[in-house]
Amino acid sequence: MTGRILGIAGPTVTVDISGLRLYDMVRVGTAGLIGEVVRLERGRAVVQVYEDTRGLAVNEPAAGMDAPLSVQLAPGLLGGMFDGLQRPLRRLEELAGPFVAAGREVFPLDRERTWVFTPAGNAGDEVAAGDLLGHVAEGTFRHPVTAPRGGRIERLHAGEFRLADPIGRMADGRDIFAIAPWPVRRPRPYRRKLSPSLPLVTGQRTIDFLFPVARGGTAIFPGGFGTGKTILEQSIAKFADVDIVVYAGCGERGNEMAELLEEFVTLADPWSGRPLMERTIVVVNTSNMPVAAREASIYTAVSMAEYYRDMGCHVLLLADSISRWAEALREISSSLEEMPGEEGYPTYLSSRLAAFFERAGVVETLGGTVGSLSMILSVSPPGGDFTEPVTQACLRTAGVFFMLDTALAHRRHFPAINWFQSYSLYEPEMVAHFDGHVSPRWSEVRRRCREILQREEALREVAEIVGIEGLQDADRLLMKVAERIRHEFLSQNAYMDDAFSAPDRTLARIAEIVAFHDRAGEQLKQGVLPDELPRG
Amino acid sequence: MRLSEHRYRTISSIRGPLLFVEQVFAARMGEVVRIACPGGETAEGEILKIDGDTALIQVFGETRGLGLDADVAFTDAIRQAPLSADVIGRVFNGSFIPIDGAPMFVPEQWAPITGAPINPTARARPEEFIETGLTAIDALNTLVKGQKLPIFSSAGLPAKEMTAAIVRNARLAGGGAFVVVFVALGLPHHEYAFYMQVLAGMEGDFTAFINRAGEPVMERLLAPRFGLAVAEHLAFARGMDVLVVITDMTNYCDALREVSTAREELPGRRGYPGYMYSDLASLYERAGRIRGMPGSVTMLPVVTMPEDDITHPIPDLTGYITEGQIVLSRELHQKGVFPPVDVLPSLSRLMQRGIGSGRTRQDHRRIADLLYKQYAKGRDLRRLEAIVGREGMMGSDRLMLDFADAFERELIHQGAARRDINASLDGGIALLGRFPAEAP
Ligand SMILES: Nc1ncnc2c1ncn2[C@@H]1O[C@H](COP(=O)(O)OP(=O)(O)OP(=O)(O)O)[C@@H](O)[C@H]1O
Ligand SMILES: [Mg+2]
Repeated sequence: MTGRILGIAGPTVTVDISGLRLYDMVRVGTAGLIGEVVRLERGRAVVQVYEDTRGLAVNEPAAGMDAPLSVQLAPGLLGGMFDGLQRPLRRLEELAGPFVAAGREVFPLDRERTWVFTPAGNAGDEVAAGDLLGHVAEGTFRHPVTAPRGGRIERLHAGEFRLADPIGRMADGRDIFAIAPWPVRRPRPYRRKLSPSLPLVTGQRTIDFLFPVARGGTAIFPGGFGTGKTILEQSIAKFADVDIVVYAGCGERGNEMAELLEEFVTLADPWSGRPLMERTIVVVNTSNMPVAAREASIYTAVSMAEYYRDMGCHVLLLADSISRWAEALREISSSLEEMPGEEGYPTYLSSRLAAFFERAGVVETLGGTVGSLSMILSVSPPGGDFTEPVTQACLRTAGVFFMLDTALAHRRHFPAINWFQSYSLYEPEMVAHFDGHVSPRWSEVRRRCREILQREEALREVAEIVGIEGLQDADRLLMKVAERIRHEFLSQNAYMDDAFSAPDRTLARIAEIVAFHDRAGEQLKQGVLPDELPRG
Repeated sequence: MRLSEHRYRTISSIRGPLLFVEQVFAARMGEVVRIACPGGETAEGEILKIDGDTALIQVFGETRGLGLDADVAFTDAIRQAPLSADVIGRVFNGSFIPIDGAPMFVPEQWAPITGAPINPTARARPEEFIETGLTAIDALNTLVKGQKLPIFSSAGLPAKEMTAAIVRNARLAGGGAFVVVFVALGLPHHEYAFYMQVLAGMEGDFTAFINRAGEPVMERLLAPRFGLAVAEHLAFARGMDVLVVITDMTNYCDALREVSTAREELPGRRGYPGYMYSDLASLYERAGRIRGMPGSVTMLPVVTMPEDDITHPIPDLTGYITEGQIVLSRELHQKGVFPPVDVLPSLSRLMQRGIGSGRTRQDHRRIADLLYKQYAKGRDLRRLEAIVGREGMMGSDRLMLDFADAFERELIHQGAARRDINASLDGGIALLGRFPAEAP
């Protein structure tokens, strides 16, 4: 399946190859740039090219690769940093220097590295697809290897191997490998989906206490520039109570990724005490890297995340920002001259997004264990205006909405999560869980906290007119308490030790403020003047 | 590779800055073309899109006088910038042609003007303090080496005086100076004269790319890329610390919109193209430092916010890419404050790493936070003052009002003076001492 280039428009290239299938990979030009078929016509195909098309000429050769865009799934992914096509960026730097060169093909994993396989079963066992065959020690992570298909095992290897070596053989004569490619756009299979029932503890007080996220759930936080999206994503990546974190830097800044890498190697996972990088995979396509690869990057990321979910892990996918993905989709759509929908986005924006969100969830894996994949995505609405199509499309499917508020950010209240507009659809189950596992007072204190914040909002309008002096004593007290809640509880400085707050400490802190309110209220009733009340 | 230049006389249409040429063989995306008119006028262009044997060309030079009978030569090469240390001290137009009267230098090397993205793993975190001499920046919104920090101005505000002050006064931590790469896009004459005088009076080195208001609009898309190719060369091949000043990005974006409209692309917000974010990122992201290499590219783009609106797509998309912003305020300007920096919406996101002991001073963070907090409080109270009047306010609130006034008049305002970081921070301490807020 070879042919020639017929035309080039932005990131898309038309080739005259027939017999291609949709989403097949194609190599174009003498530089051998990789792309993916996005449109087929008789005798020609349009390819979305993952690299800069500048310098590509009409009539140059093109060849179909007879396989869809795939990620390699195997031991060795943890701690890695990949671009949107799973090219290992550190290796790329070693080979090509500090600037990313186009058309360079590098295998995602180290094929020379030796691993140790410890079989769990024996030759002669009958297995079904997804059954456990053994483990590979990847640092402290015991990386399970499962049967790729059902049948009888003829032989299982024990001890050292490299990724190219089989770790066993099935009775049908086919070898079993610890590495397998997976087409990124296809969700990985599982037995069935379960409802999210456990919380995903983030260590962020406002989130865990007021708008909890569930393991297997989805959350978005839209916010204008500088409202703290990236800091929040990175804080959650550091502190979330999960086994594996996949962090997708999608169309954002290079310096932020350098910062993340530098910090993560020095930090420990607060739950396991292990180096943070051992549980983290980073996928990054910065804003100045090719847009078509940016579009693919979130699928690369989610496929890796599903891979760990299928091992029975709790996985968290963080993406910053999904808007940049949507913009890449728009750019490709517009170079295909498709009929645009709202604000130029293709009309399939919301269905693509919904299908992507669908890859989150709690599942019973093929092997019968339970794994979860949660997603927390940032959204960058133009002008901070939430009525725009990407925010709206996300809102239709996401389970939690954290509204990042520019006014709060300007006042340096971080995380700038607006406590009136935000919501969590997982609230009832999660609050019940915290009641049962942290303290039975959780829901009651939570109700009080919200009540105080609501009262403050109403009083604030009055105070704007009459001044705080004009309020009644009880109301002035409430204003003071609400201010304490905002400053001491809802605010959480990402640069201080306070950046992580475990649920018991979260509850203790808010309970103390609420108790102060009750005490002081009593004293007021007994005639103590507001200015004489003890502080906290 | 083609063996010779291809020439065609097959222009089928001309639409604004765009040409369609037919029956072209093996055109290359981004290929540079030279256009010659029978009357002797010439222009350069670049291939934007190819459909079979039809090439769509964007013309960068002057399009006046262009006809369908023009001769188009395809060079088989994408646009490259000539590079050498000899660019220093020179002034070029938007097409990299010297306009300072001296002959063109001999290039040592050529590089594609778009550059290549820095591999994120190769980046070094920007963390070295740059002293601009302005308190509003140094003390409250600290700039660091390798950062991109735009100035958001509005029509009529003294952005150019402020930029000039920075260009003149910026010093590295060790006291060293920068090489300034100055890129002017659509500069009116009075600004041109102003900046040329500033550059001439500079102690350190500079290179300038000047596109004036009357010069071809499309060169505004080229000039920043030339400037950045030069900056990257000086920084990463020669180990220099480069400060790139681009003014005015609003003119850049308008040029981008003009091409987009001519291409009949679907307009996005306010008519700007949907790919403007990626396009701007391809410029701004070229700032940075590289691990294990000396040299740095720091960027100070100037953006004039149309209608003073920070949510306008140009400042908005810029803010989404850069590492903070310095926002100028009309109100402060009217009060006679120079530089009229409103510190509340301003932010340097990389400040945290660039300050503290060993970089600026150990008490920097605390002073900055306190100043910020009290000023924010004072500003909030101004609204209340407007309603209840000063007399109706508590003594402590009146103190904060006075603090906010003094903060603007004495700390932010500094006229033509240059303040070093100690002077800036000590000024802050003195101010806080005069208006002690009630204990929190
Ligand atoms: N939790 C926090 N603690 C302290 N400072 C914070 C916190 N969150 C945000 N900030 C401040 O806000 C700045 C902007 O945050 P961040 O980079 O996360 O914004 P963003 O929403 O990702 O912006 P953009 O959309 O432009 O990428 C940070 O540099 C920091 O100064
Ligand atoms: Mg961000």
